[in-house]
Amino acid sequence: MEHKQYHLRQNENPTEYRILEKHSLNPQVKLIKVHAPDIAEKAKAGQFVILRVNDEGERIPLTLATWENSEGTITLVFQEVGVSTKKLGCLEVQDEIRNIAGPLGNPSDIRNYGLAAVVCGGVGTAAAYPIAKALREAGNKVITILGARTDSLLIMEEEMKRVSDELYLSTDDGSKGCRGFVSDVLKSLIAKNYQFDIVYAIGPPLMMRTTSEVTRPYGIKTIVSLNPIMVDGMGMCGACRVSVEGLTKFACIDGPEFDAHKTNFEELIKRLKTYPPEERLALDFHEKLPGGICSCRKN
Amino acid sequence: MQEELDKQHAVPMQKQDATTRTGNFNEVALGYTEEQALLEAQRCLSCQKPKCMGGCPVELQIPAFIRLIKEKRYDDAIKKIREKNSLPAVCGRVCPQEEQCQKFCVRGIKGEPVSIGRLERFVADLERQSGISVPTKHKPTGRKVAVIGAGPAGLTAAADLAKLGHQVTVFEALHVAGGVLVYGIPEFRLPKNIVQAEVEFIKKLGVEFYTDALIGRLFTIEELFEKGFDAIFIGSGAGLPTFLGIPGENLGGVYSANEFLIRINLMKSYQFPEFDTPISVGKSVAVIGGGNVAMDSARCALRLGAEHVCIVYRRSREELPAREEELLNAEEEGITCRFLAAPTRLIGDEQGRVKGVELVAMELGEPDESGRRRPFSVKGSETVMDADTVIVAIGRTPNPIIQSVTKGLRVTIRGTIIGDPETGKTSLEGVYTGGDIMTGEATVISAMGSGKRAANSIHQYLLNKRSELAKPCTFSSQVAEKKEVRMQ
Repeated sequence: MEHKQYHLRQNENPTEYRILEKHSLNPQVKLIKVHAPDIAEKAKAGQFVILRVNDEGERIPLTLATWENSEGTITLVFQEVGVSTKKLGCLEVQDEIRNIAGPLGNPSDIRNYGLAAVVCGGVGTAAAYPIAKALREAGNKVITILGARTDSLLIMEEEMKRVSDELYLSTDDGSKGCRGFVSDVLKSLIAKNYQFDIVYAIGPPLMMRTTSEVTRPYGIKTIVSLNPIMVDGMGMCGACRVSVEGLTKFACIDGPEFDAHKTNFEELIKRLKTYPPEERLALDFHEKLPGGICSCRKN
Repeated sequence: MQEELDKQHAVPMQKQDATTRTGNFNEVALGYTEEQALLEAQRCLSCQKPKCMGGCPVELQIPAFIRLIKEKRYDDAIKKIREKNSLPAVCGRVCPQEEQCQKFCVRGIKGEPVSIGRLERFVADLERQSGISVPTKHKPTGRKVAVIGAGPAGLTAAADLAKLGHQVTVFEALHVAGGVLVYGIPEFRLPKNIVQAEVEFIKKLGVEFYTDALIGRLFTIEELFEKGFDAIFIGSGAGLPTFLGIPGENLGGVYSANEFLIRINLMKSYQFPEFDTPISVGKSVAVIGGGNVAMDSARCALRLGAEHVCIVYRRSREELPAREEELLNAEEEGITCRFLAAPTRLIGDEQGRVKGVELVAMELGEPDESGRRRPFSVKGSETVMDADTVIVAIGRTPNPIIQSVTKGLRVTIRGTIIGDPETGKTSLEGVYTGGDIMTGEATVISAMGSGKRAANSIHQYLLNKRSELAKPCTFSSQVAEKKEVRMQ
């Protein structure tokens, strides 16, 4: 193909986004700590970054899991699902990430609400962690409900325990904690007369929708952090539009957090399924490359 | 006599033929050869009082550079252009010359105006092939200016300020400089290596670039001042796409033109899967809107394999805002137009993907405030047009981020930053603005013009500002540290 002269290595950001640490949290979820001092200085709970692994890379939005201003690092947690996240998973300590833009999105509205529930599942746990931490620091009593399909997929249990007054675990198969969904645990706590002033639900869209339905009858303020398809993430493309109270909102500019009871989850879920044929094609293409997906490291 | 008659017509420029070019993203217009450029240059009458210059937002010395072409002094011709215009290869391609310089050309009274844009392109392309030389800079002033946004306005302001001896850093939110020149205008109208070369030229003037930096989030205006900048230019550009506000707009397969073009131009999804960003274009594509962005979207869709591409515009051909050249190119390529029609809803299938557009016929009434005849819908005239991809190209609203976090920065009801049209001065001291964020959506060249005017007033502001010791800029990032070392 032509047009390959488009390499902009020289025209760019002064920061070298070098990976300083890398851990596997479970077979699909990895954690990386990256040198990004300017972002670390400004990051707040609820915000995200958009990164590109290499010159051919997609812009991938990832919520900030933690950041350390004193050492100039940010920590990202991601699940390897498509080509882009698999490519990211191929990078090793000392490798550089091509671009990271952030912090993006509005910070969470952290106040002392009183009793707060942080309900999270899967890789959404990483996004929920700084919010739980900030809520606790703001004086809330924080009850965290952490779930996954099975025991081996639970992540960040220790970290969450440290920032929560109470921590409940649930797995779909009952291999750890309660058997069932995080929303079931929330329901039972409400039944036990936990009077939540706010509920944060962060995870797969289905889980957020179910949680939202649990709190709706009680009128408990419920906030979700949405993960629609994004391209630029800074208010230009409109790919991340979601319907909130019947109005079109942009997750990158107006969000990513929205009132769960006003969010049209059905539309969000449908819009997330825009590219499955392309995603399969891309995986096929990269797996057949010499060196497979990880040949991206050579760039 | 014959010769004089011939001089009524411009020397045509070669193009890729329509059937070939719809199969690739290569540039459509191929530019003049030296022979053609010399012929066309001969048509310039070198008017004593050149009217053409009055039509140029950056005050290019048009007859002067054309005279240098006549004399085959191409190096001097491009230098003459670069005195006023830092993006000549871009302007030679995408400026609406027929509405600007060429509109006023005396040759245009009896025949076709001189092809000023094609001549500008010719010398700019020649320069790029032979290597761009860097002009002499003024003595460093020790003043630092932050330019926000690396689009046409920001790049122009940055280049002009650097030439005047100021230390300029351009903050760009995306991963590459160029703004609309890289994310908006397609490769086949403006090859990205040309934008890259223009940016390289500006870097050679000593301008530093900081990409991935969304000002308002990463640094605020206040923080930029704290970091040691003496003045700030905001050229953050047009932002959020406008949608139609009709049912079905969030169905799968419905793109804003911005998203469609960003995926293709910035993210290179036309090279998917070599490049990772996907795009999904169906067989029948409806593009809503009649501007250049709509034309670009339609032509991209065609190149991505669509069988039918139809531009739906609510007024008639006469009111179409796109450049005539672009409409002709589109039609040559097989794109159809449906005039006097407006969408009323988008129809989806069970999977939530768009499958059709309901259109209502329009009639034109009295002229509205824009001077164009106002369209009215004809009741009961609804029809459905098959479309499995819909691209909404009806404009953009200003990006709101900087305005929302900057205290004291005055904005209009439309969300644009209020700036003096002559100076770009905003309500905040030392903060200037220009381009689409000030004017609302406009052309590349008008953005460049306002960047230029703002650069001049920033220069005046910095000269008048009581001299104080220049502070070093302090970023946490590594190169910023290097920069400090360099400055010692």
